[in-house]
Amino acid sequence: MEPEMEIPVTTKPEKFVVSKNADSFFSGIYNVYVFIGRFFKEVFSRPFEFKEVINQCYQVGYKSLPLVSLTGFITGIVFTKQSRPSLSNFGASSWLPSLISIAIIRALAPLVTALIAAGKVGSNMGAELGSMKVTEQIDAMEVSATNPFKFLVVTRVLAITFMLPVLVLYTGFIGMIGAYLNIHANELTSFTAFFKSAFGTISFLDIFSSIFKATVYGFTIGVAGCYQGFYAQNGTQGVGRAANLAVVLSMFLIFLEEMVIVQFVNAIR
Amino acid sequence: MADKKNIQYDDKEPVISIRDLKKSFGTLNVLNGIDVDIFKGENLAVLGRSGSGKSVLIKIISGLLKPDSGMVKVLGQEVDKISTAALQQLRLKIGFSFQSSALYDSMSVSENLAFPLVRNRRNLSTKEVNAAIESVLNDVGLSQTINQMPSELSGGQKKRIGIARTLILQPEIMLYDEPTAGLDPITCIEINNLIVKVQQQYNTSSIIITHDLTCAKTTANRVAMILDGKFLTTGSFEEVFNTEDVAVRTFYDYNFINSK
Ligand SMILES: Nc1ncnc2c1ncn2[C@@H]1O[C@H](COP(=O)(O)OP(=O)(O)O)[C@@H](O)[C@H]1O
Ligand SMILES: [Mg+2]
Repeated sequence: MEPEMEIPVTTKPEKFVVSKNADSFFSGIYNVYVFIGRFFKEVFSRPFEFKEVINQCYQVGYKSLPLVSLTGFITGIVFTKQSRPSLSNFGASSWLPSLISIAIIRALAPLVTALIAAGKVGSNMGAELGSMKVTEQIDAMEVSATNPFKFLVVTRVLAITFMLPVLVLYTGFIGMIGAYLNIHANELTSFTAFFKSAFGTISFLDIFSSIFKATVYGFTIGVAGCYQGFYAQNGTQGVGRAANLAVVLSMFLIFLEEMVIVQFVNAIR
Repeated sequence: MADKKNIQYDDKEPVISIRDLKKSFGTLNVLNGIDVDIFKGENLAVLGRSGSGKSVLIKIISGLLKPDSGMVKVLGQEVDKISTAALQQLRLKIGFSFQSSALYDSMSVSENLAFPLVRNRRNLSTKEVNAAIESVLNDVGLSQTINQMPSELSGGQKKRIGIARTLILQPEIMLYDEPTAGLDPITCIEINNLIVKVQQQYNTSSIIITHDLTCAKTTANRVAMILDGKFLTTGSFEEVFNTEDVAVRTFYDYNFINSK
């Protein structure tokens, strides 16, 4: 039998990895909280960067149109095709337009558009601000007496918060067109009949809650992307990491928010 | 080759005055009691190994980092104690040439140069802005690059455009962070000459951070060597390097033997 090891009482036990991760998790949450606080402080103080907000709206809104058009259209068609068999089993194909419109307007358009924006816009913000950070461009802006938080972060967060609701409505519309074309080809439903039955089931609350969700998601994507970029570190490697974390963080938060908001809206309904 | 200015040190107000400046990051003591004065029209080179806190020093002077303790007075104002608005005003008088040049890579050369100007002097006409752009581009000898993007420029050209971008606000103080690092010897000479030319023409006082002894020798009126977070010695280039101090000798020999 081996002699018992003497345990030195003077050395502290190593910190558990769990607690180290937990530490960085909570300090991360606190830092995001401070970041959002700074956003609200600076968004209402002069000078306002109107021109740059417009420029960013163009960048995130207009330049996302091709991608969301394609995905919206395909989502409409595919969802219609997939739903048809189950409805026809009950002889209820005539409910197809109402089912589709509810699914697209309430759930698919906000979620699909937000996820695409997280991938396209969020990662771009993370990478762009991240590379500006690690190549000292943000410092350069600061020393030339321009507030980089206001010029880079506030403008981008505002732009995606304004533009995502617009993109969601647009995706919803394109999705409905896709659904109509598919239904028209199969059930020979006329345009007016389709839209009458589709919009008959949609309430003001549906539209409003989608716009509300889109605003929240847009803000989330903007904050996640800019936060990761603005605090990027460690050279080019940090830029990739910032872009990646921006997407992961915003997608994660979008799903959490979706869950919470749906609970609320269903409670009101 | 341009000759650097002769500086009279007597009865002059320092433009930058630093006393017992300390700065640490966590447990790492980077600056450990820096004392220095920089006088009107003077070029001071700060030499030191990489990681010795040279960049931290000029970032504190421009208000990008806060000191832990000590006094940092720039043009009569303590940078860490003044309001944000006053700091913004002070920054207009300080030009900062970054090690990575830090050109905004989504903007063309002329947009880069216009940026500090149109944002800080909102009453200028387009014609005046364009005239200022042409004038600084001419001063750094790169008029032909006006419509190019930063990605199309060489390292030396980027450096010069970065310097031009700070000159456009007519600064009183220039801070150069490793102006010749990573450049070929001929380009180094061009940058050194430009630094001297800026000193002459714009009447600036400068701090030139470098570990390139040729750069220090050609551009600086005075040289300081940083070691363990303090200025080990300060004086003319010859005074600093005519010494038996082991640390200084090692630095000198290493640079001149390894780079030649
Ligand atoms: N913002 C910062 N946070 C933490 N550590 C820093 C920061 N800036 C610089 N340092 C550390 O301070 C030391 C000096 O850095 P620096 O001034 O950049 O050196 P150099 O003399 O090469 O310019 C380095 O060890 C660096 O890691
Ligand atoms: Mg450095």
